[in-house]
Amino acid sequence: MNRIQSSLPRALFELLSSMRFAISLLTVLAIASVIGTVLKQNEPYNNYRIEFGEFWFGQFEALGLYDVYHSSWFLLILAFLVLSTSLCIWRHVPGMLREIRSYRERATLSSLTRISHHVQSSQRLDEATVTAHLAQHGYRWRIRQGDDFTLIAAKKGSFQKLGYLFAHAAIVVICIGGLMDGNLPLKIAEVFDIKQPETRDIPQSQVPPPSRLTSDNLSFRGNVTLSEGSSADVVFLNAGQGYFVQELPFLLKLKQFHIEHYSTGQPKRFASDIEVFDHSGKLLAGGTIEVNKPLIVEGVAIYQSSFGDGGSGLELQVWDLARGAAAPLATRSQSQQPLVIGQQRFQLELGDFRPFNIENMGGEPPPADTLQSAMAVAQNVKAEHNLKNIGPSITFKLRDDTGQAVEYQNYMAPWQDDGAWYLLSGMRREVSAPMTFTRIPLDKDLKPDTFMRLRAVLLDGARHAEIAELTAAQAFAAGGVSAGGREQFKQITLGVLGQFARGGLPEIDRFLKEQVPEDQRPLVAQTYLKVLQGAVGVARGMLDPARAAEAASDVRFTTDAIVAASNFFEYGSPVYLQLAGFEEVKSSGFQLTRSPGKNVVYLGSLLLVIGIFCMFYIRENRLWIRLAATGSVLAMTSNRRTAELDREFTLHSTTLLPASGTQTDKESA
Amino acid sequence: MSFTSGPSSRLSRADYGFAALIIAAALFTFQRYGSFLDYYEQGILLGSAAGLVWLGWFWKPMRWFMPLCGLLALAGIGLYDGTLANGSSRFWLKYALSSQSAVMWMCVLFFLATLLYWGGLLRKSATLLGLASGLTWAAAVAALTSKLVRWYESYLIGADVGHIPVSNLYEVFILFCLITALMYLYYEARYAARAVGAFVLLIISAAVAFIIWYTFDRQAHEIQPLIPALQSWWMKIHVPANFVGYGAFAMAAMLGVAWLLVEPEEQATAKRPLWLAAGCVLLLSLGLHLGAAQLGDTWAPRAVFTAKFGYCAALLCIVAANRGRLAAYLPSGAVLDEISYKAIAVGFLFFTIATILGAMWAADAWGGYWSWDPKETWALIVWLNYAVWLHMRLVKGWRGAVLAWWSVAGLFVTTFAFIGVNMFLSGLHSYGGL
Repeated sequence: MNRIQSSLPRALFELLSSMRFAISLLTVLAIASVIGTVLKQNEPYNNYRIEFGEFWFGQFEALGLYDVYHSSWFLLILAFLVLSTSLCIWRHVPGMLREIRSYRERATLSSLTRISHHVQSSQRLDEATVTAHLAQHGYRWRIRQGDDFTLIAAKKGSFQKLGYLFAHAAIVVICIGGLMDGNLPLKIAEVFDIKQPETRDIPQSQVPPPSRLTSDNLSFRGNVTLSEGSSADVVFLNAGQGYFVQELPFLLKLKQFHIEHYSTGQPKRFASDIEVFDHSGKLLAGGTIEVNKPLIVEGVAIYQSSFGDGGSGLELQVWDLARGAAAPLATRSQSQQPLVIGQQRFQLELGDFRPFNIENMGGEPPPADTLQSAMAVAQNVKAEHNLKNIGPSITFKLRDDTGQAVEYQNYMAPWQDDGAWYLLSGMRREVSAPMTFTRIPLDKDLKPDTFMRLRAVLLDGARHAEIAELTAAQAFAAGGVSAGGREQFKQITLGVLGQFARGGLPEIDRFLKEQVPEDQRPLVAQTYLKVLQGAVGVARGMLDPARAAEAASDVRFTTDAIVAASNFFEYGSPVYLQLAGFEEVKSSGFQLTRSPGKNVVYLGSLLLVIGIFCMFYIRENRLWIRLAATGSVLAMTSNRRTAELDREFTLHSTTLLPASGTQTDKESA
Repeated sequence: MSFTSGPSSRLSRADYGFAALIIAAALFTFQRYGSFLDYYEQGILLGSAAGLVWLGWFWKPMRWFMPLCGLLALAGIGLYDGTLANGSSRFWLKYALSSQSAVMWMCVLFFLATLLYWGGLLRKSATLLGLASGLTWAAAVAALTSKLVRWYESYLIGADVGHIPVSNLYEVFILFCLITALMYLYYEARYAARAVGAFVLLIISAAVAFIIWYTFDRQAHEIQPLIPALQSWWMKIHVPANFVGYGAFAMAAMLGVAWLLVEPEEQATAKRPLWLAAGCVLLLSLGLHLGAAQLGDTWAPRAVFTAKFGYCAALLCIVAANRGRLAAYLPSGAVLDEISYKAIAVGFLFFTIATILGAMWAADAWGGYWSWDPKETWALIVWLNYAVWLHMRLVKGWRGAVLAWWSVAGLFVTTFAFIGVNMFLSGLHSYGGL
């Protein structure tokens, strides 16, 4: 009975400290690690829900696949690795230390002759020659005087064995360091319901104590975003579906954020001017942090991790598209407010303000058709790119009563294309869709006013008769229609205007498809377009009677206006928000970490490198030279049988026992 | 000129001359540019000088290789005369010394060397093998010269743009070719194992083919300024250390293939299924590759990738079907095994150092020494893979076919960590993308 009881722990010890077990663990660890690289970690949980469906989402969550490296089973593998490595060291170190100390001077003649690299010779050697030779080659030795012989046992490179100890101890040390920086205590507190992550989107001051971590927390790694001029004394730690609020031992204030660019438009420098105060308001530290240049205050490292718009002041012109009139609106980006247009109520959700947008405007190097031109391109390490800053932009969403939102991106600066100026407005109904851009034509003053008023007139059915009358009169005056055809022309114009006012160009297209035989369609379409152009020109003239003739002949503007007005039917909301001015406020994202295990991990890393170096690049050689009156024996072993051992054995045997004919006695390795 | 001197413990006059040259160059640099260097950079200068002297003493051909590349680079820099446009007008720059010309020479020389190695291997011609070895040296000279000149060129584009050319996939591929070639040349001389070059140069040629595609199809050779995350002196040591690892692992894999072709199976098995498998996989892959265009934008690249994987699998089937076939042409299995072990040992050491340096850099840049970023995690997987390989060999005493196949499989893991992660997984290392 007793034997069985004592042999179970023994067997367990054997298993846990065995190479087989360690190797299996390494393999399992490698495979487990793959999971976390294939599945994107720590995404918002809703993304996973959408990707996998409710069933698999639940299964994967239970397995901890969204944060593999902090899941309990992964930590368990690591714990077993530490245990196994520790036991392995425990098991082998005493023997190794004995080995390192020992010279094995008890070796007998028969054991020496059983070593594969040995040579026996009748030649007699004296002790002094041997020890001089050994000293020259960096060996240390011990001498044993036998009855009729002297055995010199020498060795070199004992550190090879220490390498083993260092390398394996390093794994344990690194894991301990990692554990110190891990969130294990928090995990345990979560299991026992002492701490729970907050899942609601509420101001941090209202987050209850179970979701708050005090500033004496040993290690954490959290993020906070600050607008210029604002400050924070907490950071947020992601935790599954929610977050924890980690209190800081100080107050972090962002004075200013800087961004610099290369001439090619790529970012060159992100830097934040920060100040750190203690809770009584005393300045603890200040300075500029950059990527790769953190600031460490009170054991907490402050890193530059992201940047963005911190709620810039915006001056908007709210164009009511139905009326063609604008009202100013002063607001901030990253904010929300209700917006009433006519009878419709919207929620305006302002997003990012961007002070510049650098776009590659094309103009790629000429196609490399011939080998010569291809080589010329391949030769040049600097290529010209047609980059252009198209100015500030604001993105926002307009959400209607039913909760449907349309996203917009409006640019502030007029954009020139082939001599004419426009304002660009992009819109999309789905996040994944590309933006559809509307080009709003600008008048001589680079303002959208003329277009907006023109559009309002065109869409106002009450004014169609007047426009049609004038258009027909103009056509008659120009000799385009006969007196008899004038009334018919007017009716056509009225019809076209009516269709356009109902749905823009697509509506006219639909009408043509329904009412006109296919073979006549292109001709009729052309006529309609000409009529529409004429009518729009006339309508524009009506807005500015003093320059009516000039306006009517501005075909470019009328064409652009028709296209833009038509696009607005698909614009998604009856309002255009023109960005008229801004006052930029940037924000900077910081990562704050406290990692007491860092230096432990570095120590482990140093041990690891030293250990691996010793194991691979120090050879532990042992030499025995047995001196006797009858002759000498020289034997040599090394921790590894390599070509170097052969070479060194030859060196020692030929130097010490030149007459022995060395290699003859050496069995092949 | 000798290509075959191994390390020896005794220092000759040439060794001291080399050391004097390096020290003089370092002193000149310090005297002329010392005021521009901060402490780190002064440390790096000192470390580089010491490292170069050690390298020259450890491996004698470095005594002419380094100064020659330095001279060629200085000639290139002199010809540029501070104006980048001279690169396309001055004869020697345009056809030899500008970084891109040197890269093109490197590509041509590596391809030629591969051909000659194979010619020499199959015809058992020492002359051809010697020539191939010489061409590999020449290619290495071109590679290092191109790196040095490119470094200078980056400063000609803009003072703020200048940086060491190890910052993107294009630049590190050249580094990979250079390091793998030099490591191979070292072992070739040390073990008098020239015919092995036929295998090692294959992997270099594959990298060269990628460089050419990357240059002509993607214009990846253009020098881009460094994004803020890369502006760190850690990059100067982290990246090269990593590529000693990658190069060594790649070489070990090719030695594994050579070993398999040298050593016959212990128990002969039927070869026909292997040939059949190779043929089927090859045909399937070919079909997939040619038909990929019809699969649409999402699936076409994946199909092409799968097809390429299939080609590799077919090649490995062919290797398996030809065990022992090249026994008469290559060094013995024991020599190949030993070189392979040496390569993995040195690769493992440098890969460990590189990963630790990477962790220290990450602690400066990303807020933590370990973030389980896909690249970090795959570095760990590569490390674990070779750690197990080494345990099996050193502790369990494994030798032979299993380890050879394993080192070949290791190349796939390494390649995934090197390129696959950048192509398929997103993470903090995103600047390495294709």
